Amino acid sequence: MNSGARIQAENLTKIFSTAKHDTTAFKDLDFEVHAGEFVCLLGPSGCGKSTVLSIMNGLEQPSAGKLTIQSNQQSREDIKIGMVFQENGLFPWMNLLQNIKFILDSQATPVSQDTEALSVHHLSQVGLSKFLHHYPHQLSGGMRQRASIARSFAVDPDLLLMDEPFVFLDYQTRLQIQQMLMKLWQDANKTVVFVTHDIEEAVLLADRIIVLTAHPGTIKTTLNVDLPRPRDFFALKKNDRFLELVQQASCLIQEELNELGD
Amino acid sequence: MKNGLLNLVSPLIAFLLWEICSRTGVFDIRFFPPPSDVLVHLFTVSPEEGIITDISASLYRIFFGYSTGVSAGIALGIAIGLSNRVRVAFYPIIALLYPIPKIAILPLIMLIFGIGDLSKIVVVFIGSFFLVLINTVHGVASISKIHHQVGQVYRIPRRNFVWRIILPGSLPAIFTGLKLAIGYSLVIVVAAEFSGADAGIGYLIWQSWETFSILSMYAGIFVIGALGFIFTFGLEFIEKRLLPWVQK
Repeated sequence: MNSGARIQAENLTKIFSTAKHDTTAFKDLDFEVHAGEFVCLLGPSGCGKSTVLSIMNGLEQPSAGKLTIQSNQQSREDIKIGMVFQENGLFPWMNLLQNIKFILDSQATPVSQDTEALSVHHLSQVGLSKFLHHYPHQLSGGMRQRASIARSFAVDPDLLLMDEPFVFLDYQTRLQIQQMLMKLWQDANKTVVFVTHDIEEAVLLADRIIVLTAHPGTIKTTLNVDLPRPRDFFALKKNDRFLELVQQASCLIQEELNELGD
Repeated sequence: MKNGLLNLVSPLIAFLLWEICSRTGVFDIRFFPPPSDVLVHLFTVSPEEGIITDISASLYRIFFGYSTGVSAGIALGIAIGLSNRVRVAFYPIIALLYPIPKIAILPLIMLIFGIGDLSKIVVVFIGSFFLVLINTVHGVASISKIHHQVGQVYRIPRRNFVWRIILPGSLPAIFTGLKLAIGYSLVIVVAAEFSGADAGIGYLIWQSWETFSILSMYAGIFVIGALGFIFTFGLEFIEKRLLPWVQK
């Protein structure tokens, strides 16, 4: 079992260039993510949160600065990443079991002797053991995201990246899946970078929240979420510290939105 | 096939109306014999006239032209969809050749490949190739960006990426191409057999016209219609089996 990767960003900058003009997504980001830590990137739309993830998973290259990901003396190429997208990350032509088994079977270093059993195990971890042979279109958005989460954990990643994975879910489903994710994460002890613009979600899930400014994204501040675990959303709703942190984060985001409005 | 036998209703109604019009003299029976007469002719006289040979000749040409044409179309379509180099190399010439009516180049093809089976196979090949190719290229392009990203993030090897992501993701569009191509293959093979053939359904129709054997001519036309019907619904049946995930 991997204990998780450490991430270090130094002056990380991303500029998208087109023929007409350059757009700075974010600039000079300096931050660290510790092994096994759950970090939320919180910020208004357009602050380049998702682009930070794209650099972490190698889909994009930084324009300047450096991003290092390290895990137990492994080289960058050997570091395994699990990723959950906003929606539709599953392959519609594979049932849930095939969706996970395919990823496991395609790994360079075999994850397990019996990838089918491992896939079944991870799907039952997210409560989908009765839906192994269902295709994604036969399931609700919440079930599809649960399967995506199961897939991301199944590869035993050093780093889990989540790009607003619950943004298209209704409120109750979201609460349910957040709770489930926290349990999975605590059992597996992975490093997680979770992008969201939902303030309560960030406070509920994170050890630390990196608040980004609006366009272009820079680090506004970092909030330590010193709430005990395991956390329960309904209990936290009455917790003064939780409310205080939500209030604090709300003010920060509001400042940014006002900035945008001006 | 949810509609099952309902698919037969509209053809049957058309036949019934035709039958009535021919029997009551609304249609000139010399040009529009009642379909029941055509069917009787098809199953009694036509076999004596060698219609089985004609059908097998056409099916043989369609089979080889279509199967090689669609295979090549799928392969090149996937390659074009995946590689910018292949696209730059082939797509312009394809865009140039695709709109040329294949029947227009029939004489040229007969000049090159003779008047035997080969020229018919080649023209069916060309027709099916382009239709499936164009649809396959669109199919690859239709695969969502997220699925490419999932492939990259989880480091799916190239081979698995092509066979388990690109190919199945393009299959709905490929099937559109396959269905268009099978209908088009029938059109082309019949046209090719009109001139310069010694067997085939097109040959049968042309011969019957020349000898004014109206019933034999209709028998040939009926066979083409039946083949088109069987091919199209056969492919739809396979499509539903193969692509249970496609929502219609």
